[in-house]
Amino acid sequence: MSWIVDYLWMIPAVPLAASLVILSLSNARHKNAAALAVIGQVVALALSVLAFAATLQVPGFRAVRNFTWFTFGEQTLRLGFVLDPLAAAMLVMITLVGLCIFVFSIGYMAEDKDFTRFFAYLSFFSGAMLGLVIANSLLLLFIFWELVGLASYLLIGFWIEKPSAAAAAKKAFITTRIGDMGFFLGVLWLYGRSGTLLFYDGGNGCLENGGLAMLGASATFIALLIFCGAAGKSGQFPLHVWLPDAMEGPTPVSALIHAATMVAAGVFLVARVYPLFSSGAINGVTSSLTVVVWIGVTTALMAALIAIAQEDIKRILAYSTVSQLGLMMVSLGVGGVAAGIMHLLAHGFFKALLFLGAGSVIHGCHEQDIRKMGGLRRLMPVTFVTYAIGMMALSGVPLFFSGGWTKEEILHATAHWPRSHAPYYLMLAGVVLTALYMTRQVIYVFFGNRRAAAERAHESPRVMTMPLIVLALCAIFFSVVLTPAWPWLHGYLTGEPVRFEIARLLQPMLFISLAVVGAGIGVGIWIYRKAGVPDRDRPADIDPLEYAQPGLFRFLAKKMWIDEFYDRSIIAFSWICARFSDWMDRYFWDGLVRGFGAIGQVFGTVTTSVDERGINAGVDETTAGARGLGRLMSAAHSGQIQTYLGAIAIGMLALLLLYAWLA
Amino acid sequence: MTPTLQVFLIVSAALFSIGLLAALSRRHAIFILIGIEMMLAAANLNFIAFWRFDPPPKQPIGVMIALFAIAIAAAEAAVGLALVIAVYRHYRTTNVDQLDQLKG
Repeated sequence: MSWIVDYLWMIPAVPLAASLVILSLSNARHKNAAALAVIGQVVALALSVLAFAATLQVPGFRAVRNFTWFTFGEQTLRLGFVLDPLAAAMLVMITLVGLCIFVFSIGYMAEDKDFTRFFAYLSFFSGAMLGLVIANSLLLLFIFWELVGLASYLLIGFWIEKPSAAAAAKKAFITTRIGDMGFFLGVLWLYGRSGTLLFYDGGNGCLENGGLAMLGASATFIALLIFCGAAGKSGQFPLHVWLPDAMEGPTPVSALIHAATMVAAGVFLVARVYPLFSSGAINGVTSSLTVVVWIGVTTALMAALIAIAQEDIKRILAYSTVSQLGLMMVSLGVGGVAAGIMHLLAHGFFKALLFLGAGSVIHGCHEQDIRKMGGLRRLMPVTFVTYAIGMMALSGVPLFFSGGWTKEEILHATAHWPRSHAPYYLMLAGVVLTALYMTRQVIYVFFGNRRAAAERAHESPRVMTMPLIVLALCAIFFSVVLTPAWPWLHGYLTGEPVRFEIARLLQPMLFISLAVVGAGIGVGIWIYRKAGVPDRDRPADIDPLEYAQPGLFRFLAKKMWIDEFYDRSIIAFSWICARFSDWMDRYFWDGLVRGFGAIGQVFGTVTTSVDERGINAGVDETTAGARGLGRLMSAAHSGQIQTYLGAIAIGMLALLLLYAWLA
Repeated sequence: MTPTLQVFLIVSAALFSIGLLAALSRRHAIFILIGIEMMLAAANLNFIAFWRFDPPPKQPIGVMIALFAIAIAAAEAAVGLALVIAVYRHYRTTNVDQLDQLKG
């Protein structure tokens, strides 16, 4: 089975090639475009499953194929691909979720005039993401990382004629670029210290003992710089501001990129270069990992709080994504790498499900404001059932839903962090908040009376509901490999042997998380039981929480004023710099130039008078001749730049021929 | 199969010709810029190809020149696009056929 390692490169190459072909199709052939994209994704999925099967042979399987990219003087730059459980699990998740989303998009984007362009971008994104996962070199990873960023930019700004979409795309690109700047500095530093960017290279890679030994204390700083990039891509505080705005893109994009896969790249990156973070660890704690924990905690709690006060169905999910990514970062930081990756995989399924469900709702009632929906459960039964499954998986309802098990595992890892217990309690609060805002959303959208936008709602076509059902099944049955009774995935990722032991199912964490999630959902139902209907002196369109705590609600609804803060500080500062440069240019440098001009003018006046009085007479005759010649030549000056260019080309060709003839 | 120098030269000549054709025949200023970029890319490809097939010991001259050319091309593209925007603001068109103020 190991032959698949030689063909790993095909996994990203197939969708990328499909994207190029689709790009050359005209919009009239949109059926072919969708078919090509889906076929590319199916091929990638099949190859990923083969690669996954190959990793099952031995525990802790790892195969590497390195090659030389180019030799530059003394230096040789080598790239490579790696196949290990981490990469294989990500490959299968990305291609499977990607396939569901591609199929869903056929229905969702059916009416769009740029259908083929959309599928070209989707395929491009998928290829770049798959390449990122199997890269065995930090440089190759960085290249795919940037390609993913580009795909995200293109897809967020897909409806480019909408100014808000264009602005959101720009914001996403620039914000992640700030993080990537740090990432790139980290890459350079790492190369400077260890002389290699390969992760695994027979003991000499930068993640293996040979490379780590050369890093010494600088590993902490390199890890933190790389974490900047991860924070940008995974929407960690303070670089999270782009992710909610990225909801301007079409909903399948939100599902694919801003929930299931791309934003997971940051978490994946930290997991991939984990030896850099944990090098020199005492008792499993390093300063770089501590930073990761606290950033994760801040992000998870802040985003969960903001999500409670949002009205846009997609924005709630966006903040929920930010919050869940924070949770994963915490898990990585406290040493639960396998738990973090398991949550990442489970999250990929159920968050894609939730986003596609939201897409189905938006498709059905042409509205994104949850206050204008309500009572949709009878009108959109399939969407409702699958959405409820996604909601329970995200809230972490134990036993039947994948999210519950992975969340438990993360809480378990966090509880045993030696440095502090605060993250554990804060994460429990985060779980309550998650259950609360998801309950709020489901009540607003699917229960209660039908409000304005729900009147004309209808269930989505089969092509859109089928992916929902598939993803819902994934969200449930994925938990088979996650339970503490048979933690197969955990063993698969860490390479430890696994035994089946039913007694481990009942552990204290199960009851804690049952209580916590129950509290969240219970409080949610109690607060929002009358959401959307007037209650006492509260009008129908006011949120119960807003009615009770208008100041706090406004603070959260305005996203804690972080965007405004950036506007007033960083953006205002660069605005002042720009104004200053503009002023310098206009008045100072322009003044200098004008001054010199004036001197020239004075000289000019002097020479003119000398000319006119002294030299003029005899020259007049010559000028008359020259003028005649000029009139003749000016006919050749058509003013058409391309004529000139053509003349240059012909002249060059003539010179070449002359040269060939002489030689 | 390892490609020979000729293959690279043919590709680069083709790239150059396509770029030239684009620069000569497109009406839209941005497409002309793209054509020019393609011609630059062809020249870069030549540099790299000759450098690559140069017998060792090699000096990284071909790469250095190509890197410089890329940097300059980036600056050129920035200036070119700025010019296109300025022209568009002034004339409300980017069709080069209509920009014939230099007509004699």
